[in-house]
Amino acid sequence: MGTIDTLTPVLTKDWGTERSWTLPVYESRGGYASLKKALTMAQDDIIAAVKDSGLRGRGGAGFPTGMKWSFIPQDNPKPKYLVVNADESEPGTCKDTPLMMASPHVLVEGVIISSYAIRANTAFIYIRGEILHVIRRVQAAVAEAYAAGHLGKNIHGSGYDLDVVVHAGAGAYICGEETALLEGLEGRRGQPRLRPPFPAVAGLYACPTVINNVESIASVPSIIEHGADWFSSMGTEKSKGYGIFSLSGHVTNPGQYEAPLGITLRELIDLSGGMREGHQLKFWTPGGSSTPLLTDEHLDVPLDFEGMAGAGTMLGTRAIQLFDETTCVVRAVLRWTEFYKHESCGKCTPCREGTWWLVQTLAAIEQGKGSESDLDLLLDQCDNILGRSFCALGDGATSPISSSIQYFRDEYLAHLTHGGCPLDPAASTVWASSLTRSGS
Amino acid sequence: MALETTTIEELREIAARYPEKRSGLLPMLHLVQSVEGRVTPEGIETCAEILEITPAEVNGVATFYTMYKRKPVGDYHVGVCTNTLCAVMGGDEIFTRLKDHLDVGNDETTADVDGQKSITLEHLECNAACDYAPVMMVNWEFMDNQTAESAVQVVDDLRAGKEVTSTRGPRICTWREAERVLAGFPDGRVDEGPAAGPASVLGLDIAAERGWAAPGGAQDDPTADGAAPAVPEEKSERPQAAREADDQTAEAAAVEDEDPADTTAAEKKEAK
Repeated sequence: MGTIDTLTPVLTKDWGTERSWTLPVYESRGGYASLKKALTMAQDDIIAAVKDSGLRGRGGAGFPTGMKWSFIPQDNPKPKYLVVNADESEPGTCKDTPLMMASPHVLVEGVIISSYAIRANTAFIYIRGEILHVIRRVQAAVAEAYAAGHLGKNIHGSGYDLDVVVHAGAGAYICGEETALLEGLEGRRGQPRLRPPFPAVAGLYACPTVINNVESIASVPSIIEHGADWFSSMGTEKSKGYGIFSLSGHVTNPGQYEAPLGITLRELIDLSGGMREGHQLKFWTPGGSSTPLLTDEHLDVPLDFEGMAGAGTMLGTRAIQLFDETTCVVRAVLRWTEFYKHESCGKCTPCREGTWWLVQTLAAIEQGKGSESDLDLLLDQCDNILGRSFCALGDGATSPISSSIQYFRDEYLAHLTHGGCPLDPAASTVWASSLTRSGS
Repeated sequence: MALETTTIEELREIAARYPEKRSGLLPMLHLVQSVEGRVTPEGIETCAEILEITPAEVNGVATFYTMYKRKPVGDYHVGVCTNTLCAVMGGDEIFTRLKDHLDVGNDETTADVDGQKSITLEHLECNAACDYAPVMMVNWEFMDNQTAESAVQVVDDLRAGKEVTSTRGPRICTWREAERVLAGFPDGRVDEGPAAGPASVLGLDIAAERGWAAPGGAQDDPTADGAAPAVPEEKSERPQAAREADDQTAEAAAVEDEDPADTTAAEKKEAK
């Protein structure tokens, strides 16, 4: 196994700096130099640079960002829009939130460069409503950018105009799905749209629209500043560049670690001081709860798009939630399933009804009721959702269930023979570990 | 009771931020909550009038999103994350303790007591702060790394009217004031609190200690002064050489390049 053996702070590099969220501090550290460079470049050259960099969407799907931009039909006379998906709510995902809190200007600079490249004169940043201070910081950064002439009419004499609107959501996981997000942004219930037409052709207000994740857009200034080759010198063959890896759960030091794609979980756990003292890794999510679970067999699989696909899961948002041997996998999966049921938008039957049935079946098993055949019933229910739901929410709901039955079938059965959960939930808490530590 | 003229003007101002005014509906409903303490029938009527849509359409939106409340919310909204990770790390215990301590159920508000502030308690889904689990939110400000005891202390302080500060944010305002910020009217607290909490900068600190940085010139972090980048400069040294390639993605991408209508699979995954 090759080792990455390094961290590469780019997006996170200013997070430890006093008042990093303000324009003077951002500019004193080189901020907005990329914008000035970009405004001297041909717009197609910016798209080409992002394409050549190999940047793939950081919101989970990993679609090549530059390619997405090139789908915008420039001969279409309608206005073009850029929409930033800042509705970070996939369970385990916590990277865009600290990014916008500490470095909102790198996002704003990315928005301006990206909008210029796709010829959009209006851009929106759709931030989930439940992160108030993040919204304050982004609102202020946009206001500062206007005052400095980075936004508005004729930006730095280029003849290019751009307005940015910061839009607060109102609590709906489904709005992270890009077409549901557009519905929310149009003042409607956040339910996904049928595709085609794709947003690139008919998105916001039925106009050509690019929707990108915060981290994708925030990566653009560095690509313009240092070049596509610089970006693609990091990462692996088909998963280029750096990304923020978010470690949470039963590790000694949960936190944010920005590294080249392809780093392994073993390396990341090592950097974060190991699993909490006296405990071992049991299962983990590579990219949020919608990505199938992995176990300690997968510590050395490269955390890139291909490595994770090869292990039967997805890189997702690099939201690595780690659980040790004290954690009941059935309890964990039931809780995620309740989440999907709650967040199902109700538009399609497989997801609306299916997630309800999944909860019923799982809850019974967790309480020790039912029989072994209920595991087959669960998998059958998953089969009726996966690939049959309107959007990926339903698909995601099946991921923790089918993967946990694959790896932990015996633990499900133990609930039936034990007449309930054989594990003590108190042993999984943070304070249980501190008790152990102080006692040892 | 009809909304005040100033509120109606502000609602119009929100709608005017967008190329099509209906886009203003979500922040407009936040503003309604900031003055009414919940989404009221009057608020719905006013939004409908301004946007030239029916009250039923506004109602349909107001009932879809969980941050919009039909029942009056207390002075402070306290949310405890009980999604899997926080629940396992102790969120379940915190939520149980607060229900018991405040004598309320989920999505309920404490009884009015003279001289005390009221609290609405709710359990939350993932709030994007998992590295600080167990997480509690007060009026959508982060209260990181909670215990049952610390959570009880926070709600007691809130009820007593004491000033409470987010663990990596500003002094906590009231729920109505928070809703006003969400509607797009800043409150001047942006510069309070740090740039980031301790967990957010762990990787950055390790990189600084070990002299690690992105290749040539990308780092200008003064804390990493003089340290040579530990990244191999030659592409051939990079780990991908040892790794098996999966051609599927690239092929799919190439196909999609030619025909954007074929992006179904990849775009579908974009949901999260």
